[in-house]
Amino acid sequence: MNVMDTRATSAMLYLDGVHVSFDGFRAINNLSLALEPGEMRAIIGPNGAGKTTMMDIITGKTRPDEGVVLFDGVADLTRLDETRIAELGIGRKFQKPTVFESQTVQDNLLLALNVAHSVRGTLFWRGNRAEAERIDKVLETIRLTHARNRLAGSLSHGQKQWLEIGMLLAQDPKLLLVDEPVAGMTDVETHQTAELLKEINRDHTVMVVEHDMTFVRELGVKVTCLHDGTVLAEGTIDQVSANERVIEVYLGR
Amino acid sequence: MTPHMLTRSLDRGATLFLAIVAACGILIPLSNLLLPTDSSLQVPTYLVALWGKYVCYAILALSIDLIWGYCGILSLGHGAFFALGGYAMGMYLMRQIGTRGVYGNPILPDFMVFLNWQKLPWYWYGFDMFWFAALMVVVVPGLLAFCFGWLAFRSRVTGVYLSIITQAMTYALLLGFFRNDFGFGGNNGLTDFKDILGFNVQAEGTRAALFALSCLALIVGFVICRAIVSSKLGKILIAIRDAESRTRFLGYRVESYKLFVFTVSACMAGVAGALYVPQVGIINPSEFAPGNSIEAVIWVAVGGRGTLVGAALGAVVVNYAKTVFTSGVLAPYWLFMLGALFILVTLLLPRGLVGTFNAWWEPRKARRADDNAASAAREDGISAPKMAE
Repeated sequence: MNVMDTRATSAMLYLDGVHVSFDGFRAINNLSLALEPGEMRAIIGPNGAGKTTMMDIITGKTRPDEGVVLFDGVADLTRLDETRIAELGIGRKFQKPTVFESQTVQDNLLLALNVAHSVRGTLFWRGNRAEAERIDKVLETIRLTHARNRLAGSLSHGQKQWLEIGMLLAQDPKLLLVDEPVAGMTDVETHQTAELLKEINRDHTVMVVEHDMTFVRELGVKVTCLHDGTVLAEGTIDQVSANERVIEVYLGR
Repeated sequence: MTPHMLTRSLDRGATLFLAIVAACGILIPLSNLLLPTDSSLQVPTYLVALWGKYVCYAILALSIDLIWGYCGILSLGHGAFFALGGYAMGMYLMRQIGTRGVYGNPILPDFMVFLNWQKLPWYWYGFDMFWFAALMVVVVPGLLAFCFGWLAFRSRVTGVYLSIITQAMTYALLLGFFRNDFGFGGNNGLTDFKDILGFNVQAEGTRAALFALSCLALIVGFVICRAIVSSKLGKILIAIRDAESRTRFLGYRVESYKLFVFTVSACMAGVAGALYVPQVGIINPSEFAPGNSIEAVIWVAVGGRGTLVGAALGAVVVNYAKTVFTSGVLAPYWLFMLGALFILVTLLLPRGLVGTFNAWWEPRKARRADDNAASAAREDGISAPKMAE
C-alpha cells in the first residue's frame, strides 16, 4: 500500500478499513469495499448507515480518521481535496438535486464539461463546435433538448434529477457516484432512470445509493448493504434480500 | 481583451448605459467650460465636482456588485480599498505641493515638518512621480485584497464570517491611519492640494477634465466587469454564488475564482478612490470608517445587485438623495432615512430598481429571442447553442 507508483489494486475504487467518527459517533466503522472498473454497484441500507458519509469520503468532503481509499489503484483520495478528486475523474450526484438554478439548462451542462477549469482559460473561453455537440448529445440523452434555454430552477423535480445526471455525463468521469437518483420520481421516470444508468454504465463505473428496491432490482447489479457504517451483506439482490440480518435491520419482516 | 469578449459583453442595456455615461462625460464638462455662466444650460463648477464624486462612488458600487452580485462575496470593507487608492493619489498630490506648503519644505509635506520628522519615510519614495502613484493606486489595494483573499478563501471563510473580517480589516486600517506615526497625516489626513500633473486642482478646466476622466474610468470599469461576467468565468462565479460546494465537485478551484474577482474588484475600488481625492480635495482616515463600506453596499442593494448598471445607478440615486436631504432641515435624520430606504428596498424591491425592471422586461425579451432563434434554426437547419448570451 505504501508504494504509490505501481497499482496497488486492480479496483477502480478501493476502500479498506475506513473509520470516521463525528463527536464520538462512529459514522463509518471498518468499511471495506471494492468496485471493479466498468462495474455498477448498488448501495442500500437504512438511514444513518453511512451511505452519504461514504460518498463524502470518496469525494474529499470528509477526511477519514484511518483507512485506505484508493482511486484507480494509484490515487490516495484521503490526501486530496474536492477539486483535485473531481479533476481525477470522480463525479457526484447529490441526494437533493443540486443544479445551478439561476442558469439555463445548457449553461449547467457547459459548466459541467470536463474542459479547462483554470481562471484564465474560462475568462477567455469561446464556444467551439465539439463542446456544443457534446452538450447537444447530453441534452438528447436526458431528454431536455426542448428545455435547453430554460432556467434550471424552473424545471420539475424529475427533470432536475435528470439534468444533474446529464451534468455527470458532461463531466464524463471514470467513476460516478449517484445518490438517490429516483427519490421523488414517478414510476415511469424511475424506469427511465434505470435505463439511463444502465446506458451510462456501458462506459463508466457507477455507484448508486438508493432506497427504492424495485429500482435496485431493475438495475440487476451487485448489491452492498451497509449498516452502522460497515458492510452487512454483499451479493446479488436475491442473496442480499434473503439475508437474515438485512431483513432485520433494513427490509423489515 | 479579445474582440469576441467585447461583442459578447455588450448587450443592449449595457450599450445604452455606456452611451449615457459617455454623453455625460462629454456634455457636462463642455457645458461647464464653454457656455456663459448666466446660461440656464451651463453646469456650474460646484455641480461638476459633486457629480464627479457620484461617478467615483458609482465605480466603487460597480466593484462591490462584481463580487457580491455575481460571486456572493459580501465585502463590508470595500471602502478600505477605495481609501487606499485615494491615499496613493493623495500622496502624489502632497509631493506636488513642494515649497508652496506652510513650512516651505521642498521634500517633506507640512504634517511631517510639524511632527519634526527629518526625512521622508521610505514608503513615500516615488510618489512624486505620477506614473508611480498611478501604479500604486491599483497595486496597493490589489495586493492587500490578494493577501487577504488568499488567506480567507483558502480557509473557506464565507458568508457572514467573511463580511465580519472585512469590517475588521477596514476598521484596523482606520485605527492605523489615525495615528500620526503611521506617516499619512493622522487625523487630518492629506489635504491643501495644489497641482495635479501641473494643473491647478481648483481650476475649472481641471475639474471638468477630472469629471470626464471619472466617466471614462466608469466606462472602462463597466466594460471590464461586463467582460468578466459574460464570459464562462462569469457563469462559474454565479455557480459559486448559488452552490459553492457543487462547483467544487465539478472540479473548479473555487478559491482561485474568488481570489481573482476579489482582487480585480479591489483594484477598481482603488481607481475610484484615486479619482475621488482630487475632486473633493481631501483624504482622511474617516474614509476607512466601516459605515462608509456598509453605505456602499446599500447603494448596490437599492440599484439591484447582480446587474452592474443597477449598482452604478444606485450609487448616484442614493448619493443624490443624500446631498438633497443632508443640506436641508432634514439633515439630522439622514441616517434614519438611509436605514428606512434599505429596509423598504429589502422588503418591497428585493431585486433593487434595475433588478425589478429586468424581472419585468426579461421574459418579454426572452420570448422574442426564442422566436428569432427558432426561425434562425429553421433557416440553417442546425441548432447550435447560443453561447454568447
